[in-house]
Amino acid sequence: MASTLVIPGWEKHKPKPNKDGSPWWARTFRITRVRIVSQVFFFSLFVFLLWCTWFSRLRGYPVSLFLEVDPLVGVATALSTHTVYRWLWRGLFVLVPTLLLGRVFCNWMCPYGTLHQFVGWVFNIWTNKNNIDRNRYRPSYQIKYLILAVFLVMAALGSLQIGLLDPICLLVRTFTTAIAPASDLAHVNLAAALRERMGLDPQPLIFLSSAPGAPEQRIFRGAWFVGLLIVGLVGMNLVIPRFFCRVLCPLGAFLGVLARFAPFRIKRDLSKCTDCNACLRRCEGASDPQAALRKSECFVCFNCIDDCPEDALSFGLGPIEFKDFIVGAPKKGGATLFGKPVISKIPETVKPAPAVPRRRWAFAVLGGVLAYPFLRLSAAVNKRGFNAKAIRPPGSVEESEFLERCIKCDQCIRVCPTNVLQPSTLAEGGLEGLWTPVMNFSVGFCQLNCTLCSEVCPTGAIQKTSLARKLGVGEHAPKGPISVGTAFFDRGRCLPWAMETPCVVCEEVCPVTPKAIGTYEETVTRWDGTKVVLKKPYMRPELCIGCGLCEHECPVLDSPAVYVTAIGETRSQDRSLLLETSRKSKEKS
Amino acid sequence: MSEAEHARLSRRQVLRQVAGVAAGTAAAGLLAWRLHDPTGERGKPAEPELSLPQGGYAVEPSTVLPALGVATGQSVAALVKGAVDAIGGMGRFVHRGDVVVIKPNVAFERAAALGATTNPEVLRALVTLVREAGAREVRVADNPIESPEACFVRSGVQRAAVEAGATVYLPTPRDFRTLAVPGATWIARWPFFHRPFVGATKVIGVSPVKDHNLCRASMTTKNWYGLLGGRRNQFHQDIHGIIADLALMMRPTLVILDATRVLFRSGPTGGSLSDVRPGNTVVASTDSLAADAFGWHELLDRRSEPLPAYFEKSAARGLGKPDWKSQHVKRVQVG
Repeated sequence: MASTLVIPGWEKHKPKPNKDGSPWWARTFRITRVRIVSQVFFFSLFVFLLWCTWFSRLRGYPVSLFLEVDPLVGVATALSTHTVYRWLWRGLFVLVPTLLLGRVFCNWMCPYGTLHQFVGWVFNIWTNKNNIDRNRYRPSYQIKYLILAVFLVMAALGSLQIGLLDPICLLVRTFTTAIAPASDLAHVNLAAALRERMGLDPQPLIFLSSAPGAPEQRIFRGAWFVGLLIVGLVGMNLVIPRFFCRVLCPLGAFLGVLARFAPFRIKRDLSKCTDCNACLRRCEGASDPQAALRKSECFVCFNCIDDCPEDALSFGLGPIEFKDFIVGAPKKGGATLFGKPVISKIPETVKPAPAVPRRRWAFAVLGGVLAYPFLRLSAAVNKRGFNAKAIRPPGSVEESEFLERCIKCDQCIRVCPTNVLQPSTLAEGGLEGLWTPVMNFSVGFCQLNCTLCSEVCPTGAIQKTSLARKLGVGEHAPKGPISVGTAFFDRGRCLPWAMETPCVVCEEVCPVTPKAIGTYEETVTRWDGTKVVLKKPYMRPELCIGCGLCEHECPVLDSPAVYVTAIGETRSQDRSLLLETSRKSKEKS
Repeated sequence: MSEAEHARLSRRQVLRQVAGVAAGTAAAGLLAWRLHDPTGERGKPAEPELSLPQGGYAVEPSTVLPALGVATGQSVAALVKGAVDAIGGMGRFVHRGDVVVIKPNVAFERAAALGATTNPEVLRALVTLVREAGAREVRVADNPIESPEACFVRSGVQRAAVEAGATVYLPTPRDFRTLAVPGATWIARWPFFHRPFVGATKVIGVSPVKDHNLCRASMTTKNWYGLLGGRRNQFHQDIHGIIADLALMMRPTLVILDATRVLFRSGPTGGSLSDVRPGNTVVASTDSLAADAFGWHELLDRRSEPLPAYFEKSAARGLGKPDWKSQHVKRVQVG
């Protein structure tokens, strides 16, 4: 009878249960798959929030969320300013899970980590055996802890440099100054091709633009370097997997230090582990899951649990080391742990703290102590020796405080609608101010009714500033408007002054009322005998707010005949120009 | 190559190799010949030149209808309708199926009350009239001095335009083409914000009445400045000549002078309510010089001063009649 039994088609294709008796779907719905979903979600959220960091898309989204939950930002600014600005308490969202579970942030949330893992995965040409070797711990992975120590010491002394390498700051900056403009260049050409070659309306593709409504392609000084840096750092994955995360990342190092307190960790069952090393094949953190797990290196990616053929690895409460409870010598065989035979020849299962010798910590601290004066004494930040072109956005705090707060994330530069905010190069800010925001009026100008940079700044380097405060109206009238600098005329280059040619575009566009640019009228006879009425412009310094619209619109493009320098900025009494503004800055609003 | 390998080369292989090299050489030679550029001229980018339609976007002139329609009153919608009705109604200018470009002045990021930009309510009423007259599509476009998006939003023009059923065109990097303006002194070839004009059949300018630091008054003729790109900051070196060129460049269907508010000083940017006084007037005309001259005398209230030089320069080209007093002006009082 059995031979005549008809088996329906769907029964034939029904997946078979696993060997251990668990249902078939346990193969598909694994924790590593959940992790990938989480990584995709957080990476998409990160890109979405950056996409939203634009005038017409803000709509109240927490666009600086990733920077705010970055606990290194919160801790380092707390060290430098002794305060926790605005939303930086959100760092607890990452801090608390780390104290419980270890460095889950690195492989579940961090968008930069996801990028590295993805690129390393796509371009991985190695065999399994090679991969196992490439994922072994190397002493160079200590470097990130030394970097962290240097940065934290510098922060405590008053120079915040974590932004140079903090992965969130680094990625926001890279998107802002390199990737988004590159993508916009492609979008604009695509739209033009659609419209001109194919007669299609490209308007539906406007969502691809990172800066819709910008009349010109956005440009950023030193974009090549930021771009080169990310290509280099991401490219290093082809040599050492997760190179940045393992070797350089100061946030990873910070979380690694905290991870030693985490009660949860990857546990290795000594009675099952055969020391086959298969767990190393896809180990993201190079955390030695095959031996004594380096908790400070483990990204909690769960790949090792996935890959273990003996089911010897699990994630759970593992507060103590079992080595001391083993009876016998595992290396000789026949040892037991709580009555069970020990198969693995490696009795250690955990190494909680980062493997950095104390003398190296001391060296790094010393490095930080020295780095602070080296950077800070390169240029004075107060009234002496400051750079005339280091013009900070309105609402910025006084320079030495600014350097305690700015994390070089360049969110302000991202949101600036006129492109005037530029990452400082070594020329304006020196090494200490590298990538901090400065204004370049040849590129844009500070729009009168705009305070967007102050809205998105996560650390208060640019304090949240109301429009009334910026303009100095209403209750802020006694203090007057915020001035970021003062405009000057170069009469040797000005068309009416030097060339008997009418102009005064500067007066036309001056946005304050009454206008900060006045004119003298003069009738002159030119070389060819023609009479011309010239309006020759001059500054009314007490009215000038340094917005740079005059400089931006000046037809003498290369070295404008009217130009703004940092003198007279309201944020600094040391740099004030007029007695009048000195008095005003002391007024209470 | 060792002797043994040499010996193994067959005749067929030799022929095949020789033929392959010959074909490759020939292909490279052909390509070089096709791409050859002995003077370096061919390699330069070809710049397509654009022309606006012959005669511009103007409708048939009328001998019986008034040259200027002037409406005074409080209700903005009634003002616009009253002024346009006085010179024949929107049906004279816009017909079923028309694609209409409306050019407001949104040069600066200013709230509407400060009078530096076109009153959004005037724009709303105008878009509504144009749509009611049967226009297939209404496009609102300007190339502001400050950040375009911010200017359109802050001035309220964006919202008014979209709510009334128009599409807003903001300039993007590839939207400018060289426009040929035959006979122009300065802008015979100049980058022009052309995207909104693709397929357009009618053009209406709607501008506020503003003081201007250099040319004294910025009204409907100066308004076309916002359709140009490139090095606009050179225009001030002969602002009157430029405005006369602008008048030559754009022959509109209709211009609306929005004097619901008058920015009588600190122009063209303003920035304080004390620079603005209520005008409660809207003027419609097909002659922008007549409308602007009316604005100079009656709205900016500069009767005692001579008209700025651009009026005469434009009139000398036959582009309008600044002498509005000798023409038929219909004044209406609306609600």
